[in-house]
Amino acid sequence: MIEIQQLTKRYGSINAVTDLDLTIGRGEIFGLLGPNGAGKTTTVRMLTMLVRPSGGKAFINGHEVTRDLSRVKKEIGVVPQHMNLDLELTAWENLDLHGRLHKMSGPDRRQRIRELLDFVELAGRAGDPAGRFSGGMKRRLMIARALMHYPSVLFLDEPTVGLDPQTRRKIWDLIRRMNGGGMTVLLTTHYIEEAEMLCHRVGIMDRGRMIALGTPGELKGRVGEVVVESLNGAGTQYRFFAGRDQALEYAGGLAENVVIREANLEDVFIEMTGRKVGG
Amino acid sequence: MDFYTVFWREMLVLKRTFIKFFASRLASPLLYLVAFGWGLGRSVQVDGGRYLDFVVPGIIALSTMVTSFNYVGNSLNMSRLYHKTLEEFLIAPISPFSFVLGKVLAGCVRGIVGALVILGLAFLFGAKILVNGWFFLVILLTCTLFGAMGVVAAMIIDAHEDMSNFSTFVILPMSFLCGTFFSPDRLPEALKFIIDVLPLTHASYFLRSVAAGGDVLPFSLAVLAVYTMVFFAAGVLAVQRAR
Repeated sequence: MIEIQQLTKRYGSINAVTDLDLTIGRGEIFGLLGPNGAGKTTTVRMLTMLVRPSGGKAFINGHEVTRDLSRVKKEIGVVPQHMNLDLELTAWENLDLHGRLHKMSGPDRRQRIRELLDFVELAGRAGDPAGRFSGGMKRRLMIARALMHYPSVLFLDEPTVGLDPQTRRKIWDLIRRMNGGGMTVLLTTHYIEEAEMLCHRVGIMDRGRMIALGTPGELKGRVGEVVVESLNGAGTQYRFFAGRDQALEYAGGLAENVVIREANLEDVFIEMTGRKVGG
Repeated sequence: MDFYTVFWREMLVLKRTFIKFFASRLASPLLYLVAFGWGLGRSVQVDGGRYLDFVVPGIIALSTMVTSFNYVGNSLNMSRLYHKTLEEFLIAPISPFSFVLGKVLAGCVRGIVGALVILGLAFLFGAKILVNGWFFLVILLTCTLFGAMGVVAAMIIDAHEDMSNFSTFVILPMSFLCGTFFSPDRLPEALKFIIDVLPLTHASYFLRSVAAGGDVLPFSLAVLAVYTMVFFAAGVLAVQRAR
């Protein structure tokens, strides 16, 4: 369980995260969605003790993040956005190092490494240096490493960024299987599809603030079921409708080409900010 | 025993790259010994003794400094700024003290291997120097001191280029001035005072005295010990602040 109260991070005069309040339940997959610079990664870095908050509090399973460091470190697993495997070590050694850092016994480490390499489908590459792995294999190994010490809360910062669609789906399957075991997952993403496919609830961040929070269905319900996109001299225009019939009626009256589709979380973001998630 | 995990990782990498490391440790001492031992050394005497016997302890002090500083400093700076592997240690339940100790001990292993390489080469070149427990204690202390200095530099310097600038402005002047290749006795008093304050000077003085069969120098030993404690504490603080 993650509880965040008025969490704030300032860098000089810039507010990276402002007064964030959020509770994520045990066993939930929660997605922080937003464009680059929205404050998602800063939030994760504060929750994983890599950045000291300027204000507010955060608790992981009841332990305060800034005070109860050693307890929090045992509870959390972290997969950062950037690739930070030890490229001079093999896949096995990367996991072994992590297990040793978390004071796991030798037999426990060996058994867990075998389990996890099977889980992420890298058992055949255990003795290969991580530096020789593809991007997707590295990401899977990072997930295995984060799970090594049996954490109950997992942070995934942009877990599929830069990966091909097939590998992305493999990572999604891994996340679902981990959550099936009761693990709480907080992931950040700017991929709309990823948030919709994986997350029980989504928080949309923009400029350091949480601007919307709810299940993907609830959030989409706020703008309408169907969207009509049309391109005219002023750029792409979006109009939202409760049903397909109203959307068709509206589109019929337009001179330009239109796209009629179901609304998604990006539409929620556009409606609330006037900008696209990637823009 | 948390420090052992950090040390274990470093030894895995050293084992894998040992031949390359060993070969790299041969190159500069060999050049120094040819240039200063055979070349310049044949026509120079220091206090009635051979220049080769004078210069070998200085080269050992210099080499242990450079090896331990460069290895600990550069690898940690890269790990912090480029590879980002430092985060794996920062979010692990180990103390900054254990982390720094593991890193510095790994620097010591490399520094000591480098010193042994020079000793081996020096004996092949015909150097006549005495090596005892005090000699190795000061080598270990020098490695620890400059390994800890490497941690401090790596944690406070925010660009790889500035690490090499640090070497240029701090390590390089010490390499040449701190009694390694010549005695600072004939230098102007002000410069000699500055040199006497620097830690490498005391490593050179101590090693040279023991190597010549002279006394151990308690003051130099104390200076090295104080510097080591200060830099080690600063290294622990710098890692603590990174969290």
